[in-house]
Amino acid sequence: MPSLPPIRPEDVAVAEKTRPHGAFDPPSDAHDPVRAGYLMRLGDDALILGQRLSEWCGHAPSVEVDLSLANVALDLIGQATLLLNEAGDADTLAFKRDVLDFRNCWLVEQPNGDFARTMVRQLLFSTWQHMLYQRLTASRDEALAGIAAKAVKEVAYHRELAAEWVIRLGDGTEESTKRTLDGLAWCWRFVPELFEVDAEVEAAVSAGIAVDPRDFEAEYRAEITRALGEAGLPVPDDQRPILGGRRGHHSEHLGHLLAIMQYLPRTYPDAKW
Amino acid sequence: MSDWPLWEVFVRSKGGLAHRHFGSVHAPDAEIALRHARDTYTRRMEGVSLWVVRSSDIVASDPDDAGQLFEPAADKVYRHPTFYEIPDEVKHI
Repeated sequence: MPSLPPIRPEDVAVAEKTRPHGAFDPPSDAHDPVRAGYLMRLGDDALILGQRLSEWCGHAPSVEVDLSLANVALDLIGQATLLLNEAGDADTLAFKRDVLDFRNCWLVEQPNGDFARTMVRQLLFSTWQHMLYQRLTASRDEALAGIAAKAVKEVAYHRELAAEWVIRLGDGTEESTKRTLDGLAWCWRFVPELFEVDAEVEAAVSAGIAVDPRDFEAEYRAEITRALGEAGLPVPDDQRPILGGRRGHHSEHLGHLLAIMQYLPRTYPDAKW
Repeated sequence: MSDWPLWEVFVRSKGGLAHRHFGSVHAPDAEIALRHARDTYTRRMEGVSLWVVRSSDIVASDPDDAGQLFEPAADKVYRHPTFYEIPDEVKHI
């Protein structure tokens, strides 16, 4: 492949002129800790799951599935960039925070396991994210409402894709059914955290920024029950829920994920490419 | 997956144009084939509509018959509508 010509000063001048006004200005209300905290939760969920899914790149069961998973990963990383840039500076937040400062839920940081577990995790997360973003399009925070409106179409696709695969794997061979059940058993204990409401979410709900997830918990459970039913899988018994991601208490897996994700910017600070 | 059938993918680039053959994907069934086609061939806004059809359902001409099928048309220039002037406003002919 021929290499690209070097960037000339006159190209930089043209790029500077065509840059949308205010594109890289700091967010106007980054000082609002309730808003920034809520945006960080949403952004971290998307970022960590995007990074997890990208681990499949080059390893998926077929080249088509490889592309599907990479597309979903890129959608999520795009959402994370928008959300974290509203909470502060996305690159700084993504690459210069340590484990205890991440606010993502436990479900998204779980290792991929096999393809069945990855798809179960995706179904459980994307269904929740879709119902949440549908409601966030009416947020009083205009920036968040805008991001949600853009992302909700992407997430609708993720949700359908994951449901299609869970149905095929659950209702497939003896082996695929067993693996899907194992994946479900692994992921199920992380579902209650998605509906946890602490003081921070309560404050964001009161401010009209956030949505109370309990408003759609019944709808979520009904939808997951329906999808699992179509896959011929039983809804698992509720286990002792695992909570704490929103307060920075994470599984050991997140540290390993961050070590890979943050290696380059930490080893070569402010590297440009 | 080695036992997945092959599907041919047709993409309509924009309203008013015909679906054009873009390539093929492997998929276990039609629904997933459509998703694979979407993820493989329309990631960069290439299309507004997709068709997939099982490759085995396509009836193709035999390359060995190319002589009798296509060569007789070679010297029949009068079949080409090239003796008309096409107005600039007419696109996609």
